[in-house]
Amino acid sequence: MSAMTQSATPRMTIETEVPASAREVKPLNDLETAIAVDRVNLFYGPNQALYDVSLNIPRGHVVAFIGPSGCGKSTLLRCFNRMNDLVDICRVEGKINIDGQNIYDRSVNVAQLRRRVGMVFQKPNPFPKSIYENVAYGLRLLGVRNRAQLDEVVERSLKQAALWDEVKDRLDSSGLSLSGGQQQRLVIARAIALEPEVLLLDEPCSALDPISTAKVEELLHELKHKYTIVIVTHNMQQAARVSDFTAYMYLGKLIEYNPTRQLFMKPERRETEDYITGRFG
Amino acid sequence: MNDKHISSQFDADLRDVSTRVLEMGGLAEAQVAQAMYALTNFSSETASQVLQQEERINQMEVDIDADLQRIIAMRQPAAIDLRLLIAISKAIANLERVGDEAARIARTVQRLVNAGVSSRMRVPVNDLSYEAELATAQLRRSLDAFARLDAKQALEVLKHDDQIDQEFDGLMRKLITYMMEDPRTISASIDLVFVAKAIERVGDHAKNLAEATIYIVKGEDVRHSPMSEVEDTVRSE
Repeated sequence: MSAMTQSATPRMTIETEVPASAREVKPLNDLETAIAVDRVNLFYGPNQALYDVSLNIPRGHVVAFIGPSGCGKSTLLRCFNRMNDLVDICRVEGKINIDGQNIYDRSVNVAQLRRRVGMVFQKPNPFPKSIYENVAYGLRLLGVRNRAQLDEVVERSLKQAALWDEVKDRLDSSGLSLSGGQQQRLVIARAIALEPEVLLLDEPCSALDPISTAKVEELLHELKHKYTIVIVTHNMQQAARVSDFTAYMYLGKLIEYNPTRQLFMKPERRETEDYITGRFG
Repeated sequence: MNDKHISSQFDADLRDVSTRVLEMGGLAEAQVAQAMYALTNFSSETASQVLQQEERINQMEVDIDADLQRIIAMRQPAAIDLRLLIAISKAIANLERVGDEAARIARTVQRLVNAGVSSRMRVPVNDLSYEAELATAQLRRSLDAFARLDAKQALEVLKHDDQIDQEFDGLMRKLITYMMEDPRTISASIDLVFVAKAIERVGDHAKNLAEATIYIVKGEDVRHSPMSEVEDTVRSE
């Protein structure tokens, strides 16, 4: 503003905050990597589900995985918190580093890993407990007993999940009494109560109506400043709306990984173009 | 765009709207040719026909626009499909302007005829015809490039735009000479200056259409790029 007084011809400067959507996303190479996937091959018994997948997920951004059913996008997502360990016949080769540590290393405590890497599923799965207890659950497991601390975390998490105003007067009612969209936000609140570094979302909106979907998408915009978010979605428009980078997968292979804007306006690969424009490959 | 969409109705929609752009382009081109015929023959009758047809072109622009809105709202197109629809929206605005230029020429013809100007007066209408041939050829070529989504041919259109500009400059010099030699031609010559300008603009619209085609095919906006960059874009795979 000092320019206005000094300059002979005062120039009006209007300072406005650029909305997040209009901001240019930096090139991937200039961003700090949160998850580094290095030549990952994954097998379910004799069947190979992922082929030599390598990509870097930047911190504080939203990355979307798209692709037809069975392309391996959920399988890849589940690698990030070792959910695939629960499948007996599953075998993973290659490296996945989160903050420089290979999460498939023997020394990794899987329970701790899942605390750092939260996950939200397709169908909202609140526990049959009160709204409050749903959010406080993880902390209680960790041994937190202090009521004031729990209160604070519950309120902060519900606020971050954009659910607080809707439930603050009925924290004692059952989580199952909420609508589908509210339940999904409750589950997100439960995940972020533990302050994870990464939030994995597997089709988080496919069971929700458009308004609830819009609320969850809006929420992702807010959350990405604090967390690294990876989302799997069948809804390409959703990927286009919420993500900064998009990976297109097909038959277990990573076909294209680019800034979302580029991938949807001018994809590099013909296969990507065919998929996002709905053509036969 | 050989491969089909999973939704055949979407294919039909895109095909239909593209066809109608070509139809509109054909009509616009014919309008310019008709208007020039009216000029070279001092035919007030042909000029009125051009003016009657103009409304049709305007209506086509409105109809195609409405279709574009419907397709975008219903299909949420991406990548090349989205680029095609955006480019069409710009292309039809240019074609409508071509129609306007044809009408402008037709109105000039009517004015000239009413003022008693005829082929007996020495004015360079044949030179104007030549400029118009160049412009309509450019328009035809750019519509062709659009129909076949041929970026290379679109590039040719861009390269040839200079010719029309040079022809226009030559015409200006010529008309000035006429006016200096015979002041009785001043009024008619000024009218012809505007005709020459209208034709030159038809060439510009053809160029815009060619740029839109390159945008569809290559995904690059080349509107204000130097020719060497446009060439690189078109050659890139």
